[in-house]
Amino acid sequence: MSKLIKKATRESFGEALVEVAKSNDNIVVLDADLATATKTQIFKNAFPDRFFDCGISECNMIGVGAGLSTMGKIPFVASFAMFSAGRGFEQIRNSIAYPNLNVKIAGSHAGISVGEDGATHQCCEDIALMRSIPNMSILNPCDHYEMQEAVKYAATHKGPMYIRLGRLAIESVNNNDDYKFEFGKGIQLKDGKDITLISTGLPVKATLSAANLLKKDGIDARVINIHTIKPIDKDIILKAASETGQIFTIEEHNIIGGLGEAVCSVVCENHPTKVTRIGIDDQFGQSGPAAELLKHYKLDADGLYSTIKNNL
Amino acid sequence: MDSKSIKDLCKLACKIRIGVLESVFSAQSGHPGGSLSIADLLAYLYSKELKVDPKNPQNPNRDRLVLSKGHAAPALYSILAHMGFFQLEDLKTLRKLGSHLQGHPSMKSTPGVDMTTGSLGQGISAACGMALGAKLDNSNVRVYCILGDGEIEEGQVWEASMFASHYNLDNLCLFIDNNSLQIDGSIQEVAGLSNIPEKFSSFGFNVLEIDGHDFEQIEDAINKAKNCKSKPSAIIMKTNKGKCVSYMENNVSWHGAAPNKEQFDIAKKELVAALSKLED
Ligand SMILES: Cc1ncc(C[n+]2csc(CCOP(=O)(O)OP(=O)(O)O)c2C)c(N)n1
Ligand SMILES: [Mg+2]
Repeated sequence: MSKLIKKATRESFGEALVEVAKSNDNIVVLDADLATATKTQIFKNAFPDRFFDCGISECNMIGVGAGLSTMGKIPFVASFAMFSAGRGFEQIRNSIAYPNLNVKIAGSHAGISVGEDGATHQCCEDIALMRSIPNMSILNPCDHYEMQEAVKYAATHKGPMYIRLGRLAIESVNNNDDYKFEFGKGIQLKDGKDITLISTGLPVKATLSAANLLKKDGIDARVINIHTIKPIDKDIILKAASETGQIFTIEEHNIIGGLGEAVCSVVCENHPTKVTRIGIDDQFGQSGPAAELLKHYKLDADGLYSTIKNNL
Repeated sequence: MDSKSIKDLCKLACKIRIGVLESVFSAQSGHPGGSLSIADLLAYLYSKELKVDPKNPQNPNRDRLVLSKGHAAPALYSILAHMGFFQLEDLKTLRKLGSHLQGHPSMKSTPGVDMTTGSLGQGISAACGMALGAKLDNSNVRVYCILGDGEIEEGQVWEASMFASHYNLDNLCLFIDNNSLQIDGSIQEVAGLSNIPEKFSSFGFNVLEIDGHDFEQIEDAINKAKNCKSKPSAIIMKTNKGKCVSYMENNVSWHGAAPNKEQFDIAKKELVAALSKLED
């Protein structure tokens, strides 16, 4: 077993960038005056000549990334999800995705676990925005180990990719030595026969805990971690739908346009199954300590447990 | 520049304009006004300045041209066809289903197009990325970027301008097609935009002001831009939107309208007459 690590995925991201850049001279990193927060600062310290601060101008940063990629560079452009995926949506669509350019876009401080900064900074719409763009792939790693592997993969992936990063330190889930990151493949973390809980990103850990609480009530829940939201792993979803029936999706994102709807599309078209979408219920967040917010929006283990129980 | 060179450029510009008219007429849609205003610049760039090879359009060492005012695609397509990047007859497929000539430039569709554009304000950022990429590789690649004067109302243009001068992108040269018109009227009426040279110079650019229909001035400005070290350059070109088609000149209603048959015939007659006069 690897060590249990409690770390924010943004930090794992910054560290992993340094690792991949050691063996690939084409990797360059851009930020928009948030390097200390997105943790691209870690890369900046290691490779100052390959880091470019664009100032507070996300739209330009995305376009500069597009231009760099046409010259053979592999740019990772980073800001808060609200400003990279949000403000930069149209630039991402037209300057990166339509010409299918090799740019990786990082959206840090995603979801409500941003905490005290409040609703203006809590982006719960980025996955919906990025999912709707052709050519775009989306990774949403749930812990330190998964982020390391995701960044390694991203550096080799050709084409536009969005990577979601969290601010809050979270305990690792994937401590097993046989952990393997496969692009486009979900990971079954726990087998179960009664229901399936499909989660992504930060709430994966709480989903596992909720499954343990359900077990005490005699409910055997399967738990699946989806790190690649697009393209989504249809096989693992359909297998769960046919073997366990009811599915719950759990994400730190609006229930509109995110993982939940991606799962709904798969089962509706292939094996109609009841899906209950758990996430941010089409509302804005608010200020507060991250842990209290997760509890308030019922994305902690107890909240998930009670929502699942009430919807069985 | 000798008179033969000038005459050749005039001829090529005339041919570009005929291609613009023919393609827009065939499509019955498109943007003739802003295409005609940059025909002279494109004639100069492709025949005298840009290191590009129609036989090897993806050569990594080529100079880059980003048409940030992407709606002027008909002019770009016309010069690319005349340079041999693709067949001249393709111009008539502009905007048609299945054509490689999309309504706005698409780098993955058309040989010779270096950047996908059409959403105003974005091409300049990509041009900055290209210029930075060339610097990182210590290459001599130069990047040219053509913007509309209406386009520079976009905030992103000024984000990119700040970036270009902060990173000393002296291998980047902007052309501002200052034809004084946009869609809803003149840039003065619509946005109160003025003092364009002052704006770019306060953003750290080497600024040159020229007549965008005068080849000697274009040449001189480009040479000055190339000799300017540690600063990006911005060449502000006074131009005439609709240039060389009598009824389109300085007329905002020809920004994005296609001529009907009668109008097309008049325009073509004027351009063909101008061309044959040059060929005498
Ligand atoms: C972001 C964006 N907003 C609006 C448009 C629609 N549009 C196309 S051309 C144009 C006017 C452009 O004026 P200018 O830049 O002066 O171009 P020119 O006069 O050279 O044709 C507008 C508003 C667009 N293409 N992109
Ligand atoms: Mg104009």
